[in-house]
Amino acid sequence: MERVILNSVEIYRALTRIAHEILEKNKGSKEIVLVGIRTGGVYLAQRLVKKIQEIEGESVPIGELDITLYRDDLAHRKESPVLKKTHIPFDLNDRKIILVDDVLYTGRTIRAAMDGLMDLGRPRQIQLAVLIDRGHRELPIRADYVGKNLPTATDEKVEVLLEETGEEDRVVLKKGTDKESTS
Amino acid sequence: MGLKRKDVLALAEMEKEEIELILQTAESFKEVSTREIKKVPTLRGKTVVNLFFEASTRTRTSFELAAKRLSADVINISTSSSSVVKGETLLDTARNIEAMQSDIIILRHSSSGAPYILARALRSAVINAGDGAHEHPSQGLLDLFTIKEKKGGIAGLKVVIVGDVLHSRVAHSDIHGLKKLGADVHLAGPPTMIPLGIEQWGVKVHYRLEEAIAGADVIILLRLQLERQGKGYFPTLREYARLYGLDGKRVARANDGVLVMHPGPINRGVEVTSEVADGLSSVILEQVTNGVAVRMALLYLLSGEKP
Repeated sequence: MERVILNSVEIYRALTRIAHEILEKNKGSKEIVLVGIRTGGVYLAQRLVKKIQEIEGESVPIGELDITLYRDDLAHRKESPVLKKTHIPFDLNDRKIILVDDVLYTGRTIRAAMDGLMDLGRPRQIQLAVLIDRGHRELPIRADYVGKNLPTATDEKVEVLLEETGEEDRVVLKKGTDKESTS
Repeated sequence: MGLKRKDVLALAEMEKEEIELILQTAESFKEVSTREIKKVPTLRGKTVVNLFFEASTRTRTSFELAAKRLSADVINISTSSSSVVKGETLLDTARNIEAMQSDIIILRHSSSGAPYILARALRSAVINAGDGAHEHPSQGLLDLFTIKEKKGGIAGLKVVIVGDVLHSRVAHSDIHGLKKLGADVHLAGPPTMIPLGIEQWGVKVHYRLEEAIAGADVIILLRLQLERQGKGYFPTLREYARLYGLDGKRVARANDGVLVMHPGPINRGVEVTSEVADGLSSVILEQVTNGVAVRMALLYLLSGEKP
């Protein structure tokens, strides 16, 4: 069973609002950089950068972060997860980083991402933007910008499907048959 | 997908997809080595043992750095300082190491097949860092990585391997890896150093270097194993250098943008002139840089829970 939570127009509006909120909170785009968490977060970060450009007329640096090497479940896995590249083509020191991910769930991904960023430099601040916050945090982590708060059960699955991966833009909630979860 | 094995012993027995996975993983690790803080916490709490029964600086240091950049604990054991001099067998040495909860053992040994004995007997993952004249898979993989990085791919390239193919474990790993990824592999060297019947591996054999090099995209030089020179495989070093040494004139016969590679250590003026070894075509030092990334990939991929 699957239910559409956000359609493409609603995703568009949510991202537009987040872009405005980022600019409002940081008083413009001067000091900020966006870092998307692979893979879903990268596409959302690209869209946010485009929107900020449209609003402010200024381009914001963007990076891609793969958190695999910082996961806390590596010792318990059967197989090593496939690694993707981290690509952050600018100096993080003293910047305000907006970390972007598609779904916020246990918070473990964000913990890994923050550790990864700290190894690359000493940012002045890290803020978190997510499209969906589905609850069930296992760590004391919260998002600064949220597209939609979505109460879920742990056996449900939230999928963010985007045009960039050949899907029609939408967020769907699936009744869990398998235990695997996206985030 | 992951690696379908507990150990990495030879490229001959690996599938193309596994080799490609290792190369792809190594790309990510190359980035880690360019950071100011060259360390990730991935193998925290794992123990990696370098067990070296033959002299080695490059390979041992490369594995040690790879393990340390992944935050593993590393110990180095070499023949001179180990109980081997007191008469302990290879297997007993390894079992004692494993009794101290090692996770990955990296073995270099002068006998072909030695890593297989350990791989069968131990729960730890075993990586072959060179066994006799058999294989040196991590060197083969870093050669593949370097070619792929520089040329964008491997399939269809003409690769010439020059020198002592008979004794070279590097050549054996290179040939298997290159063939699996679709390269056109040629060998050149003195007839005494090219094994009879090696054409069965799908390679072409030349005894004249000029003929082999024509139209080459990559030239891999093998180290002349001077410690074996007493055995009469060729008359003099001077003759070898004259017939098989790579100089600027010979490189010019290859394709534009040819890569010159060498696993090291180089015998300057024998296998290659300084002009070429330090020239624009040479990627010899990049091979060393890439070696760390490839070995990080191997350690990472072998460090999961044992099936």
